[in-house]
Amino acid sequence: MSANLSAIFYLISGVLFILALRGLSSPETSRQGNFFGILGMTIAIIVTFLSIGSFSSGLIYVLIFLLIGGLIGAFIAYKIPMTAMPELVAGFHSLVGLSAVLVAVSAFLNPEAFNLGSPGSIKLASLIEMSIGAAVGAITFSGSIIAFLKLQGIMSGSPITFRGQHLFNALLLISIVALTYLLCSTQSSNFFWMLLAVSFLIGFLLIIPIGGADMPVVISMLNSYSGWAAAGIGFTLENTALIITGALVGSSGAILSYIMCKGMNRSFFNVILGGFGASEQSTSSRDKEHRPVKSGNAEDAAFLMKNASSVIIVPGYGMAVAQAQHALREMVDTLKKNDIKVTYAIHPVAGRMPGHMNVLLAEANVPYDEVFELEEINNDFANADVAFVIGANDVTNPAAKNDPQSPIYGMPVLDVEKCKSVLFVKRSLSPGYAGIDNDLFYKENTLMLFADAKKMTEDITKNL
Amino acid sequence: MEIDPFIFRLSIFILSIFIGYYVVWSVTPSLHTPLMSVTNAISSVIIVGAIIAGLAGNSNNDLTISNILGLLAISLAAVNIFGGFLVTQRMLQMYKKKKKDK
Repeated sequence: MSANLSAIFYLISGVLFILALRGLSSPETSRQGNFFGILGMTIAIIVTFLSIGSFSSGLIYVLIFLLIGGLIGAFIAYKIPMTAMPELVAGFHSLVGLSAVLVAVSAFLNPEAFNLGSPGSIKLASLIEMSIGAAVGAITFSGSIIAFLKLQGIMSGSPITFRGQHLFNALLLISIVALTYLLCSTQSSNFFWMLLAVSFLIGFLLIIPIGGADMPVVISMLNSYSGWAAAGIGFTLENTALIITGALVGSSGAILSYIMCKGMNRSFFNVILGGFGASEQSTSSRDKEHRPVKSGNAEDAAFLMKNASSVIIVPGYGMAVAQAQHALREMVDTLKKNDIKVTYAIHPVAGRMPGHMNVLLAEANVPYDEVFELEEINNDFANADVAFVIGANDVTNPAAKNDPQSPIYGMPVLDVEKCKSVLFVKRSLSPGYAGIDNDLFYKENTLMLFADAKKMTEDITKNL
Repeated sequence: MEIDPFIFRLSIFILSIFIGYYVVWSVTPSLHTPLMSVTNAISSVIIVGAIIAGLAGNSNNDLTISNILGLLAISLAAVNIFGGFLVTQRMLQMYKKKKKDK
C-alpha cells in the first residue's frame, strides 16, 4: 500500500476517533460512538499491516502478542467490578505510557525501520519528538502506577511529602530539558537512558504527594499525559492517526482536570503541588466532642422517609467502598412504590474519578434521567423533605459557603442543609478527607445513621 | 521555499486540540467515566508504532531487541484496546438498560 493511501486511511481513523468522542454527548448516541472508535482502531491496525507489505518471519509473533494482549484486556473488561473503575483506568493509563516508552526506545535502537535515519545519526527533529514521547510516556507510566496503588489501597492514600520536594521536582524537570539537549547534540544513547530514568522518577514524585480525594484530578491529568505521549510518538512516526488521537486525548484529559479542579474550587497547581489538608488539620477537631449529635437507626430513617413526599439522594465515595449502589436502588424502588419522588444529586468530585457515581448508579439500573448534576438540582433541596447522604461528606459541608476560614471555603457544595431533614449514613463521626468537621452533623434536622452504607440501606428497606 | 512537512503535522495537531476541546466540552458529565475509558482505548492507537517496531525486518531474521520491545508494546497496547473498548461498551450498555426500563 502506498504511503499516501495509508496516510489517508490514518486520517479516516483519526476522524472516526473524533466521532467516538462526539458520540458521548448523550447516552443515546454513545454506543454508536464507541463503535466508531472500534472501527477507527481496526482500520489503523489493518492499514499498518498492509503498509509494511513484506513481512519478516516476525508476523507470527506480532499476531501472538496481539492476541495475548487482547485476551487479557477482554478478560479484565468483563471481570472488573464497576466500583474498581478508577483503578482500572489508572492501570490502563500506565500501559499507554509504557507502550509509548517501548516504541520510542525501539525507534531509537532501530531508526531505519521508521525512516528516521540510522543509529548514531537520527534526524534532529525525530530525536526531539522521540524524547518528548518517551519522557511523557515514562511520567505517565510511573505516575499511573502510583495512582493505581493508591486507589487500590496497596499504598496509603495520604499525601507523602518531604522537605524541598518542589525544588527537587523542578530540578528534575530542568534536567529533562538538559538531557534532551545533550542527547540531540551527542546522539549518545547514555543520555537517552538517563532521560528515561529521570522521567520515571518524576512521574513517581509527582503523584506521591497527592491525597486520595484528589484522585479525580490526578486520573484526568494522567489521561491527558497519555494523550501527549501518544502525540509525541505520532510526530516521530509521522502518523496522522496518532497525532489526532494524541491531541484529542490530551485536551480531553486537560478539560476533565479543569472541571474537577473547579468542583473543588482549587487551582490545578494547588492540587498538583499536593499536601491538601495537612496544614489545616489542627484547627478542625477542637470542639467536636462537646457538640451533641442526633443519631438514629434504620427504623427512624424509614419512618422519616415514609412520611416524605420527595427524597434527594447524595451518593459519595463511601457508597462505592461499601458497594451499596444495588441496595440503594432497592430502597429507592420501595420508596417509589409509596409514591415518593426520588432524585439523585451528584457532585462533580464525588468518588474517585470523573463520573464515578453516575456509572455506579447506572450499574444499579438507576435511570439516568433521575440523576442530576450539582447545578441542575441544587435549588431543589429547599423543597425536598429528606436528603439521604450516603458516603458523601465534604461535598455537603456548609462551611464551604459560610466559613471563610475553612480550607474548602468557596468550593461549590450541595445545599443539603436546606432540606427539611437530613439523613447521614456514615460509619463514624470522623471528618472527611479534607480533615475538617462537617457542621451538618450537628444540625437540629440531621439524623446520623452510624453504620456500613450497604447494611444500613438494606435495613431501611426492610423497615419501609 | 518548500514548507517542511513537520509544519503540516503541527497544523493537524493544533487543530485537533481545538476539535478535542469543543467535542469534550459537549460530553455530558454523566458519561465522564466512559469518556476516560474510551480515550484510553483510542490513545492505544500507538499500537501502529509497536507493530512497525515488532515487524522491522533485518537480514538474518532474528528478533532484535528493538523487535522484542515492539512486541511487548503490542501486547500492552492490545490489553488497552480490547480492555478499553469492551469496558466502555459494558458501561454504556448499562446506561442503555435504563431507557428500556422507562
